[in-house]
Amino acid sequence: MKSFTYERARTPADAAAAALRNPDTKFIAGGTNLLDLMKLEIETPAHLIDVNGLALDKIEPTAEGGLRIGALVRNTDLAADRRVRRDYGVLSRALLAGASGQLRNKATTAGNLLQRTRCPYFYDTNQPCNKRRPGSGCAAIGGFSRQHAVVGASEACIATHPSDMAVAMRALDATVETVRPDGATRTIPIAEFHRLPGDTPHIETTLQPGELITAVTLPKPVGGRQIYRKVRDRASYAFALVSVAAIVQRDGTGRVALGGVAHKPWRVEAAEAQMPRGAKSVAAQLLADAKPTRENAFKLSLAERTLGAVLTEAKG
Amino acid sequence: MSKVSFSVNGKTRELALDTRTTLLDALREHLHLTGSKKGCDHGQCGACTVIVGGRRINSCLTLAVMHEGDEIKTIEGLGTPENLHPMQAAFVKHDGYQCGYCTPGQICSAVAVLDEIKAGIPSHVSADLNAPAQLTNAELRERMSGNICRCGAYSNIAEAITEVAGRQA
Repeated sequence: MKSFTYERARTPADAAAAALRNPDTKFIAGGTNLLDLMKLEIETPAHLIDVNGLALDKIEPTAEGGLRIGALVRNTDLAADRRVRRDYGVLSRALLAGASGQLRNKATTAGNLLQRTRCPYFYDTNQPCNKRRPGSGCAAIGGFSRQHAVVGASEACIATHPSDMAVAMRALDATVETVRPDGATRTIPIAEFHRLPGDTPHIETTLQPGELITAVTLPKPVGGRQIYRKVRDRASYAFALVSVAAIVQRDGTGRVALGGVAHKPWRVEAAEAQMPRGAKSVAAQLLADAKPTRENAFKLSLAERTLGAVLTEAKG
Repeated sequence: MSKVSFSVNGKTRELALDTRTTLLDALREHLHLTGSKKGCDHGQCGACTVIVGGRRINSCLTLAVMHEGDEIKTIEGLGTPENLHPMQAAFVKHDGYQCGYCTPGQICSAVAVLDEIKAGIPSHVSADLNAPAQLTNAELRERMSGNICRCGAYSNIAEAITEVAGRQA
């Protein structure tokens, strides 16, 4: 690990301002992803700002009838919150499908959104990777690409976003609240938070330099059957090959987002009109622009069948 | 170097550390509490599991300087050779290990798992999110999935935890 200096932030705005002053700064909260990457020298910050003391660890009701989840709320606490379990079951389920008990006790809401891809070529510093070293190329294209993106990828990067939580947040139309180095705050709809790789896959979100996430807000509950189904190579503690977050109303209408298929949680609102017609129709539209590799083409039928299982479960 | 003070197994410890020192390295290399093991050092195996503020975490994936004022419990704080913690005794009775390298992490994790179930924290295999968590074999296996045992003592580990859970119920 490269050496770094360390400070504890006093306020969110101070943390953002301090981060802007030194471009080699990273915020650290749970640290479960960042420290892993620092040990491998994939991340090499010169300065760490510890944001754990910022009291952003509460889940509070909003005036609109939703919930405001502090950036530092741990994955375990968010999954176990009675209101989340009752009104946003898809979010509880997605959180519980991710990582291990130990990691969920540490990992935070904001950190979960910001976690980096688990593309093996991103992790292997001997390989070219446009995400790790912009302009160096992509070893995953033409490499072993079974885990990689089938939709929304580019000539520069076919990595997927690893989060389960973010897929549920996308289906729930969450909003990300931030503070910028000048102290101004803003809200970013989750749909606009993560970027597609394009020719700058190293820029993964629409956050500006120094900008700090303070909370994630959920709108008023929408009811319906809420299901998160994750397909992976082992029954627990593995990343998704494909996952489906769905909210299905009694009349068969609803929302669906996919994980494991793209550089961001994958949702196409127009495809949801097909939900009463079944999984085949939804998947056809949701994955219409898919460009899989030979090794991950199976994800197209896997996504359709997983969605089919979810829609059947929602009827039961 | 950075100063940090925290409590380990009830005793206050003050250390001056390189900021890069993980909690695991602080415990093993600086405090010579070598019960917590370094397996993968990347949060994948669970051998380094300790209990901080009542919660199990991977001590390899957290910096020691981030634990100012925290209460840390390691395997050395659970029991002694003369006076084993019930979970340690159950692992011995049920042969819940072979080489023993993952065992301190397994035991710390198992103790915390029973507290998590008692606190009503649901898991991936809980059928009903809004019902109290059950103490089934499937629940224990899911909740212990962050602790890998390459000797494959899993069924005996599950039996040991089940016995302790039954006694507590």
